[in-house]
Amino acid sequence: MSLPAPVDLGLAALVLGLAGWVITTSATYRAAEGFVAYGLVLALVWVRLGSVDVALTEAALGSGLTGLLLLRAAARLPADDPAETTRPGPGVRVVAAVLCTAVAGALAAVVLLLPEPAPSLAPAVAANLSATGVGNPVTGVLLAFRAVDTLGESIVLVLALVGLWSLAPDDAWGGRPGFLRGPAAASPLRFLAQVLPPFGILVGIHLLWIGADHPGGKFQGATVLAAMWVLVLVAGLRQPPRVTSRPMRGLAVFGSLVFVGIGTAGAWLAGAFLAYPEGLAKPLILSIETALMLSVAVILGLLLAGPPEPDDAAGVRS
Amino acid sequence: MSDATLFGLCGAALVGLGLYGLICHPGALRKLLAFNLVGSGVFLLFGAVARRGAASGFGGDPVPQALVITGLVVAFAATALAVALVVRLAQAAGRTDLDPEPPARSEATPERPS
Amino acid sequence: MVSVQWLGGLFAGVTGLGSTLLLVPVMLPLAGLLLAIAFGGRHPRRIVLALLPLGLVAAVGIAAVVLEADAPLRYDLGGWAPPLGVTLQADGLSAVLLLVTSVVMLAVGLYAWPGFGVPPGSSETRTSFAFWTLLLGVWGGLNLVFLGQDLFTLYVALELLTFSAVPLVCLDGRADTLQAALRYLLFALLGSILYVLGTALLYGQFGTLDIGLLRDRLAAAGALPPAAIAAAALMTVGLLAKTALFPLHLWLPPAHAGAPPAASAILSALVVKASFVLIVRIWFDLMPALLTRSAAEVLGVLGAVAIVYGGALALGQARLKLLVAYSTLAQLGYLFLIFPLATSPAGNATGEVLTGGMLQLAAHACAKAAMFLAAGLIATSLGHDRIGELAGVGRALPLSVLAFGIAGLALVGIEPSGAYLAKTLLDGAAQASGQWGWGLVMQIGGLLTAAYLIRVFFHALSGFARPPALRARPARYQELLVLGLALCSLALGLLPPAYLAVVTVGRVAAAGGGLP
Repeated sequence: MSLPAPVDLGLAALVLGLAGWVITTSATYRAAEGFVAYGLVLALVWVRLGSVDVALTEAALGSGLTGLLLLRAAARLPADDPAETTRPGPGVRVVAAVLCTAVAGALAAVVLLLPEPAPSLAPAVAANLSATGVGNPVTGVLLAFRAVDTLGESIVLVLALVGLWSLAPDDAWGGRPGFLRGPAAASPLRFLAQVLPPFGILVGIHLLWIGADHPGGKFQGATVLAAMWVLVLVAGLRQPPRVTSRPMRGLAVFGSLVFVGIGTAGAWLAGAFLAYPEGLAKPLILSIETALMLSVAVILGLLLAGPPEPDDAAGVRS
Repeated sequence: MSDATLFGLCGAALVGLGLYGLICHPGALRKLLAFNLVGSGVFLLFGAVARRGAASGFGGDPVPQALVITGLVVAFAATALAVALVVRLAQAAGRTDLDPEPPARSEATPERPS
Repeated sequence: MVSVQWLGGLFAGVTGLGSTLLLVPVMLPLAGLLLAIAFGGRHPRRIVLALLPLGLVAAVGIAAVVLEADAPLRYDLGGWAPPLGVTLQADGLSAVLLLVTSVVMLAVGLYAWPGFGVPPGSSETRTSFAFWTLLLGVWGGLNLVFLGQDLFTLYVALELLTFSAVPLVCLDGRADTLQAALRYLLFALLGSILYVLGTALLYGQFGTLDIGLLRDRLAAAGALPPAAIAAAALMTVGLLAKTALFPLHLWLPPAHAGAPPAASAILSALVVKASFVLIVRIWFDLMPALLTRSAAEVLGVLGAVAIVYGGALALGQARLKLLVAYSTLAQLGYLFLIFPLATSPAGNATGEVLTGGMLQLAAHACAKAAMFLAAGLIATSLGHDRIGELAGVGRALPLSVLAFGIAGLALVGIEPSGAYLAKTLLDGAAQASGQWGWGLVMQIGGLLTAAYLIRVFFHALSGFARPPALRARPARYQELLVLGLALCSLALGLLPPAYLAVVTVGRVAAAGGGLP
């Protein structure tokens, strides 16, 4: 039985330490800051686990965008929120600690008892990957073998957006999202927002393009694009679109519609819904990925931008 | 112990830590942070499973890796929706705890649809 | 059964769709959802009302094909078979659930037509846009839950459901419904993540997520490995949180009572059933060996507590919608009695017990939707739903009160209601296996249900001489629609046994049930 590499032990300790900080620190804002750092370390763990695809997603989405979301929310909470100061009594905490330790312990035991050799679909993926025309096995799984999950997930994103918008006050319908509005941005931020996006867009497209054969893909690319858009919005260079904007809505559902369309065509041309005709798999997968990247980027940006607020709300700049 | 086992155990511990936070923090945003810890613990455990399944020249079983990517995206969407709810609740009630009794302050209520 | 064969022949033969039919209930709502968002304005409502009848036709078709073929329908998505690919499958259970869903959905969609329109002079309103698109999301999510055969695809389906159900709770934007929605969301998210944890463990142990393959590999493994037991426990707890079984029920009453009536009807009648059905899938399809364990007793006890506790709390409610919501807690309890009852040591009661459980589910779905919709008509007309001030309503709104009453009777389980037949089947299984205690719980639950309904009628039927002034009068068609739903529940018990047999189509659990 070999020992794990010291770097792995260090990463594991760091992850647990940061997680402990997120749970135990008293101020919500600092907990959110801790969470961003935690996500970045976790991305390194994913690299160590041999999954650069997941590492990219974790860094961009799990740490970056989620962190931005939580930080902005923490900054908006009322200062006298009773939830900030009340804590359950020691009895509850002890019972909770015992319960959670038991759950973690049982899970740890199960992890140690998993069968050896481990079952794996890697050989099956390797044997069938050539039929999809893509070289990155994760892309093959996401867009061919388990395409229905990816389709479902893109619709989950759309639904989350509808749900988010539905939280708007009635008189705000037709207004612009308000989470990212703030006091006029400092000039360094405006400068960044002018300089960075062209590079960001190139990086996003690059991630999408290489994603067919190497780690990367639409989600990672979309996250970078969304981040660029959010930067522009936060810096106040552009206003987020109104929720009633037809082009914006069309763009948000475009990827899922293309996916459904190509999937439906597959029912006739390739014998099954979500199947690709022979020889056309790769171009079709790339088309879906491109369309989805655009839509996912728009949706991620809109999710960060929050529900619409009335036009006369404080903080609007012309 | 392999790196997969180490990070699998790490995932198990994260699930426990996150659950503790979910139970013990009254504030919704803190619960949400804790939920994200549980989520990342679960995904890490899934990652350990993927790593154990390394074969055919792949560094890990690509199927669970793909599932984790899907899961991360869904978790982000969930967080976005929940954060918006928390902020709205804070605007409407001035508090973000989830005590069953109705919140103290209430804003002017919009017309209810029938 | 000539008509059934004829219908089945029509759908299977004439259309030539066969198992492609399975795509319709999933893709119809989801594609409709995307189009509804893209077009916006007055279109979402039109799209929903155009698709709902098509969904009903597809559900009837699938049920007919499944019943006629006496075998499940399967469809490999993308042409990839499990374990690499994902399969949709309709067995008898799915067929019944699709049917119940499309009937309730259609009724609720028609009911909600006037309430969620876009007023003249406005191009789009928040509530109209959100309600109809979210309704499509709920519908697609439910159907995918019923047809999914892959544990992770089912997770995606559960999230489709969560993300569309939660915002429906707080459509009115008041602080208390926002809080109820947030509590619901956190419970649902915790439930989902525990569920995913279970799927991760199962994948680590068996290398597949397909329910059929997992069942085979579990059966071949003999004793349940620790990962499987942990997975079953985690997934069950997670799904219980979503189903709101005692003691994970706290989120349900304020959420279901605070939503607009049409949304409450969907949430109470259908959404909580989706996670219940997944528990059934895990215990009956995936790991039938669990059913021979005392774990099934635990679920039964929780169900029994829910029946008594939910009933007692319903009795004490001051508001009609809260009463109906607490009644849901109690009625969900009945569903969980099927777990201990199916462990009958005498032998094979699984078929009867499941049939009883599904009948109870269908009867409750129709009755509870009717009760929420009727309560909504009463509340909108009066401007309040305080039970103590319902005097004269029986005279002012006779049809609404009648619909509420018939739905209530169907819930109590008078002959020939679906609930009556369900309880007869379950009671029979309890007697046959000597588990008379569960029968007693059902009797107590019935008495409690009768008690809280009598309390409502005591008020609603008093003060006949002085009917209250109404703020608005509900549309006659809405009242008739609700009455129709209530009558559906009442008449379910009249279904000929040949139709009921559809529930057990595709059940192979009997073979696995013999495991030690």
